[in-house]
Amino acid sequence: MVSFHSITDSFKTWLNSTFNPTITIMIESVIVILLAIALFAVLGLVLVIMERRVAAFIQIRLGPNRVGPLGLLQSTADTLKLIMKEGLTPSGADKFLFNLAPFVVMIVAMLILAPIGFAKDFQIWDMNIGVLYLSAISSISVIGILMAGWASNNKYSLMGAMRSGAQIVSYELSAGLSILSVVVLTGSLKLSDIVASQENGWWIFKGHIPAIIAFVIFIIAATAETNRAPFDMAEAESELTAGFHTEYSGMKFALFFLAEYINIFIVCAIASTLFLGGWMPFHIGSFTSFNHIMDYIPSSIWFFGKTFFLIFVIMWFRWTFPRLRIDQLLNLEWKYLLPISLFNLLLMTMVAIMGWHF
Amino acid sequence: MVEELGTTAEGDLVINIGPQHPATHGVLNLVVTLNGETVKKVEPHLGYIHRSIEKMCESLSYRQFIYTTSRMDYLSSHINNHACALCVEKGLQIEVPERAQVIRVLMDELTRIASHLLWWGAQAMDLGAFTPYFYAFRERETITTIMEETCGARLTMNYMVPGGVMADIHPSFQQKVKEFLLLIQSKIDEYDELVTGNIIFQNRMKGVGFLSAADAISYGCTGPTARGSGVSSDIRKIYPYEVYSKLQFDEILETAGDSFARYLVRMKEIKQSIRIIEQLIDNIPAGDFQSKTKAVLKLPKGEFYQRVETARGELGVYIVSEGGTTPYRIKFRSPGFSNLSALDHMAKGGKLGDLIATMGTLDLVIPDIDR
Repeated sequence: MVSFHSITDSFKTWLNSTFNPTITIMIESVIVILLAIALFAVLGLVLVIMERRVAAFIQIRLGPNRVGPLGLLQSTADTLKLIMKEGLTPSGADKFLFNLAPFVVMIVAMLILAPIGFAKDFQIWDMNIGVLYLSAISSISVIGILMAGWASNNKYSLMGAMRSGAQIVSYELSAGLSILSVVVLTGSLKLSDIVASQENGWWIFKGHIPAIIAFVIFIIAATAETNRAPFDMAEAESELTAGFHTEYSGMKFALFFLAEYINIFIVCAIASTLFLGGWMPFHIGSFTSFNHIMDYIPSSIWFFGKTFFLIFVIMWFRWTFPRLRIDQLLNLEWKYLLPISLFNLLLMTMVAIMGWHF
Repeated sequence: MVEELGTTAEGDLVINIGPQHPATHGVLNLVVTLNGETVKKVEPHLGYIHRSIEKMCESLSYRQFIYTTSRMDYLSSHINNHACALCVEKGLQIEVPERAQVIRVLMDELTRIASHLLWWGAQAMDLGAFTPYFYAFRERETITTIMEETCGARLTMNYMVPGGVMADIHPSFQQKVKEFLLLIQSKIDEYDELVTGNIIFQNRMKGVGFLSAADAISYGCTGPTARGSGVSSDIRKIYPYEVYSKLQFDEILETAGDSFARYLVRMKEIKQSIRIIEQLIDNIPAGDFQSKTKAVLKLPKGEFYQRVETARGELGVYIVSEGGTTPYRIKFRSPGFSNLSALDHMAKGGKLGDLIATMGTLDLVIPDIDR
């Protein structure tokens, strides 16, 4: 299996031998930040073009196909346009909060990238409370959205922000509970441990029915947490025109837009890490020869393949389903998903204690 | 309008939905009073696309004024033209050849299907599903192509003239319509699978925007809006014109009175329109497509009224003639105006999302309301 471990290790040794420890850490941080920003930008562009092509495919259209080969440069051109646009601040707006909000949303999206393992031994920060960190940081983004809605001094924005607040806070619960069910199976909050525990099969196959239920609930909650249709209450084009970012233009709008796509990537990455083995290739128990063949496919391809498959599924939802109403949305969470996931966690605990999983 | 906006004394939000808003399908302005998400009052403000078509008609001859009516309810322009042509024929007592009558009915029903298809896509889009809009347009495109071959236009047809139709049907008309009928029947099942049976869609539509039969009558609702509340109001059945009295078709009645009932009425009406076209497409009688009329039409002194069933409801044309070459006064009774008046009653107490869903099921075409 191709491993990044040797590269990162030799680089670190070289840094340590050349500079003193403080400067080493600073250089490493700068490299990591630059890599994260680059990944952020590339992912944003790729996901936007992917969304448009997927939508076009579902809607019997062609989608963007003029700018660059196969229209691949379309989102680059869009970004250039957005950078050059004037970033208006409405006269009645709270200027400080209005300008801060997109950065809060964006910073949160970037912070969550830290514990995700993109390939074998390729992880920014393998902290021992990785799962806890993910749930904690991801709930900050709602503050940015509320800030944007309140500071815009626009009633549509305010309503969008309030909807979004109610929605994200509610769906965090069942997302958290389904994450916990995997933690129960693994016995660790560390993401690298969770991936390593799936060496002889992914949790969605090993964990019986409770794992499948947890996976489905997580995907639903993830769709809701990222404000994607059919749960796009915060934007709800036909009701609130554009919801919380109605008043934003230019690059400030682009930050919200990019953050939305990065958030989709992140929730799908989390789902694939927890339930589909992250960068772990498809292994079947002790079927060694098969496992070896699977190992020839690089781990990064496994990770991005699974993640992009889940992203496609979430996009598929968006272009198929109508939107729920706000009270139906909250009913779904508090009356159905939350009790089911609580019971499911109980069931999963029993499975883990009795050792019924494979 | 600005002074009305803001917050009311009770702390309710007053927001403008429109005139530029994705859900109003045109330049309609709704001033909505909201208590949180709950709608307390809906106040439609009209006139953003008023072009005084009725006044313009007073200076146009009886042949010319029909063309302005294509621009009223542009999604059923054939039926608008038809109503005007019928009213003029009534005044002049012109016999329309049977071939022209059949062609007119065929065109009306094709228009009705096209209009309902577009409504179906727009309704799904109002509820947040974007894809059905494209599917609906794909099938509607077939109809507009058929129309284009025969009438020369795709939206504002101007095909019906006093005494018949402007030109004979295109040689490939019958064959293309038959192909379309085969296509649409399979597609309607696809629509039902994609949207009608969807649990989210049903939850959004059922029990939303209730309109009782008594209210539907008192607000003057017609068309699918009234029939969704169980009020029989199909002009084609009650006051048959052209060949409708000889045709086999059902008037669709749903008694639930909610948005889903109005949705079902329209979906079933598409099937009834298909049934009508199937009866007529092979039986277009030979003969003239237009009867001989005088070059200058002069209606005798008096008042003439003709009503037809458009895709949205009852369209009435009222002509007052002084005996000259132009009408003295023309008044259109448009279905959208009366249907819109019931919106406040239907949306009150619901959520903001329900208001959008209810407004969609009224199938508003704003130029039809403002004229």
